[in-house]
Amino acid sequence: MGAGTKSDTALFDCRDAYVRTVEELAVTDNRIVAVVNDSVGSSKLGKFRERFPNRLINVGIAEQNMVGVGAGLANGGKIPFVSGASCFLTARAMEQLKADCAYSNANVKLCGISSGVAYGELGATHHSIEDIAWLRAIDGMTVIVPSDPWETEQAIRAAASHDGPVYIRLSRMPVPALERTSPRFEIGKGEVLHEGRDVAIIANGTMVNRALEAAAALKSEGIGARVINMATVSPIDKDLLADAAATGAIVTVEEGLKQGGLGGAVAEFCAESAPVPMRILGFPGFLPTGSASWLLDEFGLTAAGIASAAREVLDKRA
Amino acid sequence: MICIMPDSNGTSTGTIEERAKHVRERANWMRRRLLKMIVDAGQGHPGGDLSATDILATLYFDVLRLDPTNPLAPERDRFVMSKGHCTGALYTAMAGRGLFPEEELASYLKPRSRLNGHPNRTYLPGVETNTGPLGHGFPVGVGIAVSGQIDDADFRTFVLTGDGELQEGSMWEAAMFAGHRGLGKLTVIVDRNRLQQGAKTEDTNGLEPLSDKWRAFGWEVVGVNGHDHAELLRAFDAAAEPRNKPRVIIADTCKGKGVSFMENQAGWHHGVPNPEQYAQALAELEAEMA
Repeated sequence: MGAGTKSDTALFDCRDAYVRTVEELAVTDNRIVAVVNDSVGSSKLGKFRERFPNRLINVGIAEQNMVGVGAGLANGGKIPFVSGASCFLTARAMEQLKADCAYSNANVKLCGISSGVAYGELGATHHSIEDIAWLRAIDGMTVIVPSDPWETEQAIRAAASHDGPVYIRLSRMPVPALERTSPRFEIGKGEVLHEGRDVAIIANGTMVNRALEAAAALKSEGIGARVINMATVSPIDKDLLADAAATGAIVTVEEGLKQGGLGGAVAEFCAESAPVPMRILGFPGFLPTGSASWLLDEFGLTAAGIASAAREVLDKRA
Repeated sequence: MICIMPDSNGTSTGTIEERAKHVRERANWMRRRLLKMIVDAGQGHPGGDLSATDILATLYFDVLRLDPTNPLAPERDRFVMSKGHCTGALYTAMAGRGLFPEEELASYLKPRSRLNGHPNRTYLPGVETNTGPLGHGFPVGVGIAVSGQIDDADFRTFVLTGDGELQEGSMWEAAMFAGHRGLGKLTVIVDRNRLQQGAKTEDTNGLEPLSDKWRAFGWEVVGVNGHDHAELLRAFDAAAEPRNKPRVIIADTCKGKGVSFMENQAGWHHGVPNPEQYAQALAELEAEMA
């Protein structure tokens, strides 16, 4: 398996990969439409609107209607990509996500923009750290948290081909392109990006690169940390989790709430099938004022914080 | 009971009076059948079912262009039951139209029945979207109509809402957007029985002036007697004419219509007739067709 990030430190906004891919799909598939809540700019869909003016549906600032309209478009045979800031798309329209999309098995693709703490200083109303816990609790809702531009493109393509509702959680925080020796994306499958036998670090989204940095630091101390990118939180890759548990210790890390998200999903599996010492890294709750990068540092969602948690969990195992 | 099946494509022939007579017979059958379902199941929403019966009968036995043997055909007219709790009326209309066997009505609310308390499209083809929580079907109906607008498709979209349901904010998000888009093939019917679960709408959170509200949102407004089949047919016929605005038919209705002791009684929103009440209800409905 390949490891680490590319030697250059170029950083990418995954929204660019998202809109580029949706535009590419729209060229050959006229079922592809975009639905927004006045979020043409923040979703970077201005070019899509220029190219396909008839297929950009802006419902205005009305998230419940936006998701309902998305389900209706799917009924009419469209493949709607419904985009808005994650904090509003999920929380404001939660019953529409449940009833109109998941329970109705409507073929709607929900793209949460500026997830996690991307809107740092704007405060907890604009943070979307609960969304993974909320969405993965809904039966039939596929939840994907891509880690970089390549995986974003793959997730969008897979979602378009998948029959059923999918939530794709995108950030606006720049991330490096990850190195993959044999890149392959499949909904419901995680990937091992760095091999190790002492402890497994399971991450997704913006945290994967940091997990790889932590693994590199641990390696210099003689600790072998396996880094797993678990892009799909629901349905989760249980085979890969069983392998991870076989290392004897697990650390999870996500740009989200500690309760109920990726860490919760891993803990549920381990508690029932493979109990091992765990550390769950994430945010504890409503967060103080601060930039996204400050919040990540302050709450230990850094390479150093991840490495420290790995050492702790290894001590606990011993 | 003579069962007259509508034409498979829903196109209607005959005079308004002939068509209204046919719908009236089917509506009477629906009322008797749905009361039996509620009695057998021991629960249901008879007040709202009976309020909506004539509207649903007019749609399913005259207006809607659909093929019961191919309920997902892309060119079908769509009907969305936004007031999803009134499944007694919806299921009898769907079965009567041939979307599933009438005998299956006996399974209403039984374990693993396709006839859930609220309609579910993954159980029952012909249901367009799962409703039940109020304020959901209308936005989905708007999305369906937008899809047709993008494709310049011929199909029409009909949405039935309760009047109390119009207290949900999502309804007005949908109304505003449908008006903005000029969705000319979208028709909403408001079942205006003036009662919600526990009280009168106007005593709870008043809706009037309701017509003015819809007009202000960019809609054509028509008022009808929601139990007069000829009036309903004329309103639906007019709704089929080319237009560039969505249309709302505010149907003046009576909760519990057709059963004297249920009419205009909020207490029959829920409620199950006892054997004597059921016998009286059937006698009244049979007398109506005598």
